[in-house]
Amino acid sequence: MIKNILIEIGLIARFTARFFREVFKPQFEFSEFLRQCFYIGNKSFPLVAITAFIMGLVITMQSRPTLVEFGAQAWLPKMISVSLVREIAPVITALICAGKIGSGIGAELGSMKVTEQIDAMDVSGTNPYKFLVVTRVMATTLMIPILAILADGISLYGGYLGCNIHGLVSWDLFWNQVFDTLVFADIVPSILKTFFFGFIIGIIGCYQGFNSSKGTEGVGQSANSAVVISSLLVFIIDLLAVQITDALNLN
Amino acid sequence: MAEVVEHNKSFNSLESVISIKGLRKAFGDNKVINGFDFDLKRGENVVVLGKSGSGKSVLIKLIIGLMKPDQGSIEVFKDKVETLSTSQLDEMRVKVGFLFQSNALYDSMTVRENLEFPLRRHRKKTSKEEVNKLVMEALTNVGLPQTVDMMPSELSGGMRKRIALARTLILKPEIILYDEPTTGLDPITGKEISHLMLDIQKKYNTSSIIISHDINCVKIVANRIVMLIDGICYATGTYNELENSTDTRVKQFFE
Repeated sequence: MIKNILIEIGLIARFTARFFREVFKPQFEFSEFLRQCFYIGNKSFPLVAITAFIMGLVITMQSRPTLVEFGAQAWLPKMISVSLVREIAPVITALICAGKIGSGIGAELGSMKVTEQIDAMDVSGTNPYKFLVVTRVMATTLMIPILAILADGISLYGGYLGCNIHGLVSWDLFWNQVFDTLVFADIVPSILKTFFFGFIIGIIGCYQGFNSSKGTEGVGQSANSAVVISSLLVFIIDLLAVQITDALNLN
Repeated sequence: MAEVVEHNKSFNSLESVISIKGLRKAFGDNKVINGFDFDLKRGENVVVLGKSGSGKSVLIKLIIGLMKPDQGSIEVFKDKVETLSTSQLDEMRVKVGFLFQSNALYDSMTVRENLEFPLRRHRKKTSKEEVNKLVMEALTNVGLPQTVDMMPSELSGGMRKRIALARTLILKPEIILYDEPTTGLDPITGKEISHLMLDIQKKYNTSSIIISHDINCVKIVANRIVMLIDGICYATGTYNELENSTDTRVKQFFE
């Protein structure tokens, strides 16, 4: 069991090392990269937006009674802005993307592997790693931070509506409080970690798909493993990120 | 009764386009190819016959460089495949087409994009008009010009096989490796594909290695048959020669 886990970690590390070797080598598959960016960004946006909005609204409504108890409901915009921007929006975006994009990549590449499409690409004189893996990993690394920034804004809008369900907070007052509260140390580390989330979702999805076997059963397993492993790694990266920001006194 | 193409003895005097010597490949303890020797002459269609799991598909994957041999040498147009760099391998693959058993059409691309894919990589300076002309020519060759803007999922099994063949033909390869080209097709479509392969051989003077279990296909396309048994070239000859063989291991394939 432990031996298998260590072997798997080694194989993922080797697969990731190959990404860094291939990414700077010509030829650059720019049109495929743009296609993936469109697919990952555009197609995932509605789901991320709805989830972020609901999370913003729900967190605000759940937090309000406790703050009211201490007579601190005026602090509601400050509190939710920090928790949404630092933690909830980036992590929820990453988890949604791990589910939607990671499984999609795992299943797509897995199906290409078992139907010999990856071999066909090789025979056509195309480096399948570069065409399929590098473009997808680059696209997830770039698009997930953009989705997370959009999720920050949408979840804060949800928070604004949440504040106004039982109270009355003007649009200007809400956003003034949000921007007075949020500082460099809240925004930059939270965006930086989403690049790592994006990279890990892409690389794990591609790794699982690229190493798929056993026909359609293997494709299902690849999609499933892509979601499980990348979700777990998102939490581990988040844990490491908070340790680093804590050590740098950014919390 | 399917047409039988007799082995043309004049192939022997022609140059070898593929030459394999002492080829060995094992997966763990399973020695799939165990000292295989073989020559493919220019313009010749050779069918490799053998049981399932006997290493036929492995053999053509070794030839195209998708797998590496454990021992032995494979020369394609006098170049040793195992010593070629990635770019040299890509150059070699322009001259060697590969038709996959599963067709391996790219699901997310239209028929046109499938055919354009190898062209855009190997002939980067080809104009858009020229690419379009080559795509239509390849589709016309397989009798399916009307499918150009369709998705692979909209095509029948036989149509997909023809499109895969068109994609293989688009770079005008000198050698074509067919991996079970008629498997999964009804007998009529299988026969059509076999005749198409024969037409391609005549039209472009291609040399081919065909992996097949379909005895009707073998009768139609084979100039020569190679029996891959126990990882070696167990017997070779024309269809009629092997059909009349007294060796029971050979004869069982023709019963």
